Order: sequence, then C-alpha cells, then structure tokens
Amino acid sequence: MSAIGSILPLAFAALGRNRMRSLLTSLGVIIGVGALIVTVASGEGSKAVLEAQLATLGTNLLIVLPGSSTLGGARGGPGTGKPLTHSDLLAIVKESSATRYAAPIDRTVVQVVLDNQNWLTTVYGSTPDFFAIREWTIGRGRLFNSSESDAGAKVCVVGQTVATQLFGEGDPVGRVVRVRGMPCEVVGLLASKGQSSQGQDQDDLVVMPWVTFKSRMMSQDRIHVGSILVSAVSPDEVSHAQAQVSGILRQQHREPDGELDDFTVRNLADLAATQEHAADAQTGMLRNVAAVSLLVGGIGIMNIMLVSVTERTREIGIRLAIGASENKVLLQFLVEAVVLSAAGGLIGIALGIGGSLALASAMGWPFVLTPFWIVVAFGISMAIGVVFGFYPARKAARMDPIDALRFE
Amino acid sequence: MGPEPIIRLVDITKTYRTGEIEVHALVGVSLTVDRGEMLAIMGPSGSGKSTLMNVLGCLDRPTSGSYLLEGREVAKLQKRELSALRLSAFGFVFQGFQLIARTSALDNVALPLVYAEVRPVERVRRAKEALARVGLAGRENHTPAQLSGGEQQRVAIARALVNGPRLIFADEPTGALDTRTSVEVMVVLQSLHRSGITVVIVTHEPDIAAYTDRRILVRDGRIISDDKQSPRDAAADLAAMPDRAAA
Repeated sequence: MSAIGSILPLAFAALGRNRMRSLLTSLGVIIGVGALIVTVASGEGSKAVLEAQLATLGTNLLIVLPGSSTLGGARGGPGTGKPLTHSDLLAIVKESSATRYAAPIDRTVVQVVLDNQNWLTTVYGSTPDFFAIREWTIGRGRLFNSSESDAGAKVCVVGQTVATQLFGEGDPVGRVVRVRGMPCEVVGLLASKGQSSQGQDQDDLVVMPWVTFKSRMMSQDRIHVGSILVSAVSPDEVSHAQAQVSGILRQQHREPDGELDDFTVRNLADLAATQEHAADAQTGMLRNVAAVSLLVGGIGIMNIMLVSVTERTREIGIRLAIGASENKVLLQFLVEAVVLSAAGGLIGIALGIGGSLALASAMGWPFVLTPFWIVVAFGISMAIGVVFGFYPARKAARMDPIDALRFE
Repeated sequence: MGPEPIIRLVDITKTYRTGEIEVHALVGVSLTVDRGEMLAIMGPSGSGKSTLMNVLGCLDRPTSGSYLLEGREVAKLQKRELSALRLSAFGFVFQGFQLIARTSALDNVALPLVYAEVRPVERVRRAKEALARVGLAGRENHTPAQLSGGEQQRVAIARALVNGPRLIFADEPTGALDTRTSVEVMVVLQSLHRSGITVVIVTHEPDIAAYTDRRILVRDGRIISDDKQSPRDAAADLAAMPDRAAA
C-alpha cells in the first residue's frame, strides 16, 4: 500500500505534464461511460413510464372478449362468434371469488354537441365499477352512481380532452350536452390519465350508464354485452381470477369438455410483460453499443500509453538506473492508465447523469438511476485502465536501462 | 591483506552478439578498488570503458568472471536485488545529465527517495540538503530547462548523493560542459570523495582525470595501465581561474 502511496504522485505528475493529451486519451472512456449511464437511466426511466402507464389501465385487470366464429375456414375477430351476455356478467360477479369488480363495456364513436361546438369522441356505456377497475378518479363533480346506472339516467362523465374541446376553460359540470340527439347532463370531469403506452389519448372519452347507452345510443336490448372488464382482488390473484372467469363462462355457454373457449380472457399482466420485454431488449442493445465504445476507449488508452512509454524511454531508463524496481515502474504506468480511465469514468458518469436528466425532462420521464449502475460504471472504467494499461506498463518495466538511457 | 576492497573484478569478460558478429567489449579485466578511492577510467571511444562502467554499476552483467561488491558476488543477485543495490549503495551521474524534463530540481533529486519509500517530509528535507551540498540552495523549483548545463549536472550529482551512497559512478560528467563549469563539477566530486564516498569517473579528458588519485587506461577491452597519482586540487584551480564576469 505504501508503494501505491508513493507511486501515485509520480503518476499524477506525469499526467499533469500532458494535460491535453490526458484529456483526449480519456475521451473514449468518457463517452463510453456517459453512454452507458444515459442508456441505463433512459431504460429505467422509460420502464418507469411504461409501468405507470400500465397502472393507468388499472391493475389486476382482465378483459373478457366474445368469441370469434370460423366460417368456411376463415376466422373472424371477437364479436363474430357467440356474444357475451349480461347474465355472464352477473354470473362472474356472483361466482368468482377472486374477482373484485366486473363491469360491462359497450362503446361507439359519436359526435358530442354543445351549443355550436362539437367533438367526435368515444362514448362508453358501463357501470360505476368501470371507474374502480380502470382506477379512474374524478377531477371535478362526481361519478354517476349505481341507482343512476340501473335506472338508465341521462347523465355522463367526460374526459379532460372532451371537456377542453367543448367547454374550453369552462366548467363542464352541470352542463347538458347532446349525444346522438339525447340531452345528457355532465355530472363529472375525470382526472387526466394522459397517453397510453401505445400513444392513445386516454382522456378522449365520455362514459354514461350502460343501460342508458344500450337503450338510447344503440336502441338495443339489454342482453348482449360488448366486452366485460374484470379486476382481480389482488395482483397475485389475477391468474386465479382468469381461471375462475373462464370456468364460469364455459358453464354459462354450456361448452362441452374438449371444445375450445368461445370467448377470450386477456390478462394485462401478460401484455405488460411483453412490453417490458421489448423495452429491455432495446436497452440491452444500446448497452452493447456502450460496451463497444468502452472497448474502443480502452484501446485508445493502450495506444496512448504505448506512445507515452516510447516517448519517455529515457525517463524510464533513468528511473530503472537509479534503482526503481521493475514492479514500481510497472505500477507507475499502470496507475497512470487507471487514473486516466477512472478520471474518464468519473467525468463520463457526471456527463451521463447530466445527459439523462436532460433527456428525462425532454421526454417527460422520471429520472431514475440506481446507484448500483454508478458503481458498475466506475468499476468498469477502473478495470479498463488495468486491462489496457498492463501491456504498456509491462513494456516500460522490462526495458534495459542502458539502452533506454541511450534512446534519442 | 588489508580491509575488504569495495570492488574486486576478476577476469571479467563481456561479449555482445549482434547477429553473426561477436563483439568482445571486455576481455579478462581484473581490477580492485579500495574504499574511499577516486579513480578515472580512461580510453578512446569503443575501448570498453563504458561497458566496464555499466558492469561496475550493475546495469549490465558480465559474460564471465567474478565481480565481488563489498565481498558479495554480484552474478548471484536477482534483478530485484540489483535494483535495490543501485538504489541504496550507488549514485549515478550520467553523460548528458539525464534529468526528468519539466520536473523541478527538488523532485528530480527526491526521485530515488520515492523509490526507497522515504516519507514525503523527510524526502523534501534530504533533497534540499543534497541541493545545498552541490551549491544549488534556492534553485529547488527550477526545472532542468531553466538551469545551465553546470547546474543541471550538479542537480544530477545531488540526485546521486541523496540516498547516502557508498559509491558514485560518473560517466563523462563533464562531457557537455565548458572548462570552468567542468572544474566546478570536479570541485563537487572531490568534496564528495573527501567525505568518504568512493568515486569512479569515466572520462576521455586527461585534464579531468588529473583530479583523481588513480588513472586506469582501457583499450580494446583490456586494462593497459593502472597508475596512482597525486590529484590536482579542483578548488584551487577554480580560484586561480579568471572570474567569469571579468572574462
């Protein structure tokens, strides 16, 4: 340890004699470490955004879609087969113990009119459970309640986008809009959810009671349901709920054993996993790019250290002749390389954090960087110095002092 | 027989092989140097005097023969032990000064102390003391480029003596210096000799050899003469010289 202590100032002095070169030598490591930090931070940041966005869909969410029909070998999409019914919904609510809420969903795209303003949006028909499942909160006013829901009252809640388009800065609560000719009182404004992970505006919607929607919007019976949203009692119970819902629906639809389901129960956790997987793959690839630039940075250090060793041949000769041991000369040049790469690492970490902060604010991500990665980045830069500094340092230490002193 | 001589060479040969050609740099050299001697090794270029110096300074190993340094056989020492020997027992003054550029006189002089792992405070104290001893007190922070040739050589001498060596080897110490500066350097070397250090000088200048008390002539890898002499006093010669300012 005392050897390092006495060698360290020598290394710093040698680097200080060539400040510009030292900086340029470190540049490769600076860029590599900076890129690594930015990659990791943006990966973690976008992941946090993704998780937050998936959470806006509602946690523990299951979507039940009607079956598809196969006609002459051509398979139709959901809805072409056996439809879901309101009694399916009631059966799920009654029989599935792993289910907390279940809500019907029907929707249509409709022009919503207020005086001389209008706006094309999606109108949903559902029950108050819909808000609980999707974790919608009210921004102003109130949600419609279950008695309004059951009675088919002409009330609705609107999303932020619809409110802005129709009312501007004004308060929509208590105003009456016309939806497909039906006057409908706005009882509440939903809190904004922002964009979904697919870039969809989640605030562009109107929600009214399912009964109202079916009878007044679609002039349909109240038997068939477009789809059913289900939330499990907890995240751990999602797959349990999925199995229960499937079982109940098979029974409801009197599916014989061995037949395929004539409905689909989709688990959003699977969707989330897929998206996170894609994000991880992207981050992984960028990380490889950072690794390559670190490798190039290391080679840069080795290159300059070799030049430096050749250039300082006489100096090395002096050191060896006056009695420096080979180990100490090796250590000095190794320390020089490690100081270069470690300093490059520190600068790179600082620049990387700065770049990540800038990127995070530009992209609207949170800034997330686990200290673990800072330690890893610094460790990698040190290791680069040792690995790529060793060969030049050994070359210096193995010199013959007599030849070295004669070197011009 | 008196006390153990500091250096005893017996039948030393050194052969270099460059490709097919063998160069016999030293052919059967035997030499004994007593503690506290000051001797000059002389000879024309290519005579083998520098090789002899390198062998004596343990920078080079002889091809054959025996080299007893203070009674120890050098051929049996490891590289690491030779480094330690050069660090603690020897001081080197090279032709062309061989100082580290862009580094202060103080740091140049303190360098051997760094490798000897002397504490920093002690290092500075001893380096300052060594610089004062060669008449360079107050020049500690000058870099080699800011010093004259004579001053640079005195920094090199300060570096050679900072570790308290028993032997100082000087290879053409006045080779690049004018007459007056050469005598100044010899004043310093003579004073080191008087303090008990054994001094070996390689030179081709008879004027410089005159300041030593023994003159060895090397030619074609052999010692052809080895004469004791009474040395000239460098300090007296310097005093007798016309003042630089007046000249």
